[in-house]
Amino acid sequence: MTTDQEHQPHYAARQKAYLYLSLLLLITFVSFIAALTSGSLSLSFLEVISAISSDANPLNHQVIYELRLPRMIHAFTTGALLALAGALMQVLLRNPLADPYILGISGGSAVFALIAIALGLVGWAISLSAFFGALLAMFLVFGLARGQGSWSATRLLLTGVVLASGWGAIISFVLTIAPQNKLRSLIFWLMGDLSFADNIWPSLITLVIGIVVCLYFARSLNVLSLGAMQAQSLGLPLNRFRWQLYVVASLLTAMAIIQAGNIGFIGLIIPHLLRLMGLRDYRLLIPGAVLAGGSLLVFADTVARSAIEDTALPVGILTAAIGVPIFIFLLYRGVKSV
Amino acid sequence: MTEKCVLSCNDLHLEIGNKILCDNLSLQIEPGETWAVLGLNGAGKTTLLHTLAGLRQPDAGQVSLNKTDLTELSRHDIAQQIGLLLQTHQDPFPGKVIEYVLIGRHPYLKALQWESESDYQIAKEALTTVGLSGFENRDIQSLSGGEYQRMLIAMVLVQQPSIYLLDEPVNHLDWQHQHQILRTLCEMTEQRTCSLVMALHDVNLAARYCSHTLMMFDDGHIESGRTPEMLNTETLKNLYHTSIVQIDSQQGKMFTPM
Repeated sequence: MTTDQEHQPHYAARQKAYLYLSLLLLITFVSFIAALTSGSLSLSFLEVISAISSDANPLNHQVIYELRLPRMIHAFTTGALLALAGALMQVLLRNPLADPYILGISGGSAVFALIAIALGLVGWAISLSAFFGALLAMFLVFGLARGQGSWSATRLLLTGVVLASGWGAIISFVLTIAPQNKLRSLIFWLMGDLSFADNIWPSLITLVIGIVVCLYFARSLNVLSLGAMQAQSLGLPLNRFRWQLYVVASLLTAMAIIQAGNIGFIGLIIPHLLRLMGLRDYRLLIPGAVLAGGSLLVFADTVARSAIEDTALPVGILTAAIGVPIFIFLLYRGVKSV
Repeated sequence: MTEKCVLSCNDLHLEIGNKILCDNLSLQIEPGETWAVLGLNGAGKTTLLHTLAGLRQPDAGQVSLNKTDLTELSRHDIAQQIGLLLQTHQDPFPGKVIEYVLIGRHPYLKALQWESESDYQIAKEALTTVGLSGFENRDIQSLSGGEYQRMLIAMVLVQQPSIYLLDEPVNHLDWQHQHQILRTLCEMTEQRTCSLVMALHDVNLAARYCSHTLMMFDDGHIESGRTPEMLNTETLKNLYHTSIVQIDSQQGKMFTPM
């Protein structure tokens, strides 16, 4: 076996990658169990199983089906969407610090969501408004970065970052003039909060489509990570592929934002963590990002709603609490690994 | 490499800013030929190579592959015929040597296809050719400048094009590897009837390995022809604005600036 692997290091490496992916799958299941068992009504694993399969205990059945299961699916899809979008953005901008929010898509969608909340709208109206904001932000960056036709990662990054600070200013303005009784829900939205979510299907469908599209892109992502010129000379239709990436990453981000607001660090750290684990090939990194991003947010949300009794923390606080140290550690490891 | 591939350009006009790099250049690169492109910094060697690879639109004229205009071909089709070694590179994401070299197989794989055993064999052979066998699992960030350059050459080899456009392929390379790699490339050119165009700064490498030489003078005019006729002290002095002496050795003519 060892001699086999010496002769075929590539297969050994891929087997190791599959091992890591299985591990991530296991972690995902653990996070599901944690999410379903914990909360103000503490259930054992067996109680969860029986509540899922029958409604003998109506209270447990109701808690699982109406509260915990939809919320868990929400957390998972949101985390997975953000991790996918982050991985795409990092290649698109050729910048290891890129995350799904870097081009101001979250800013645009936040502005419109906040205005909707401040005007007293609820539920679907907020989501719709946020989605419109994300699309508007996306097309603004899209149009302005194209300019006279010259196109570079730097130009896109600069346009996005500048527009993002513009959105930031509008957000501050809305917060300043918003009525006092709306402030708390505005701030929750900005920090990331999964309790808004009600319908699981839009995000679940988006995630499935997103995974398929990203897997289809995967080898081209490997090529583009070599740099624009090199990618072109290896046969990548550069401009078309970049716009496809931009649109897909933006739509994934928009979907994540409208169900959970701004949740930091998942899109940034998950791709880096996977690269450190050796999943550098995007054909492996994409499924890894879905599992790792999804389960991280499920864990974070579980802690967020059960850590302090009777108080649900915004989940963004927890992903940042986990994300900041990991990110600093990554930076501290320095040029060698990032 | 079953069909013979001819790269040609017609009335090619290139300029950057207001500087004319070449005007009305027509040439044809036939299988089995090895071309050196010589010229001062900024004379347009890189721009010419990029234009021949279809990465840059000519300001006038056209580049054709087997009589088909490059603009009518998809990047994917071009990549199966033309391999380009770039002179400058962006900082890479971390990765292993074998992972990087295998990316060179991209033009031959479908969207969801994994590299096959034969792709790995091609990659390993290429690494052996450039003297990097045993480096498969090295992190690319641990490579020296010369090793990195050789890995990039291996990536172009893995692409198996019919036409190699190499921008300063011997950058960072020591004498051993300069000659080893150029020798291999030239043998390959003759045997497999592919063709090779290299931007070089070392006139003696051009003299030794290249059948043809193209000189880009800084006033925008271009001269090309068979290497032995092209290389002499007078022309080189005009090209480099430097006095050149010729030394005759058993290996042939050698040139050095005075």
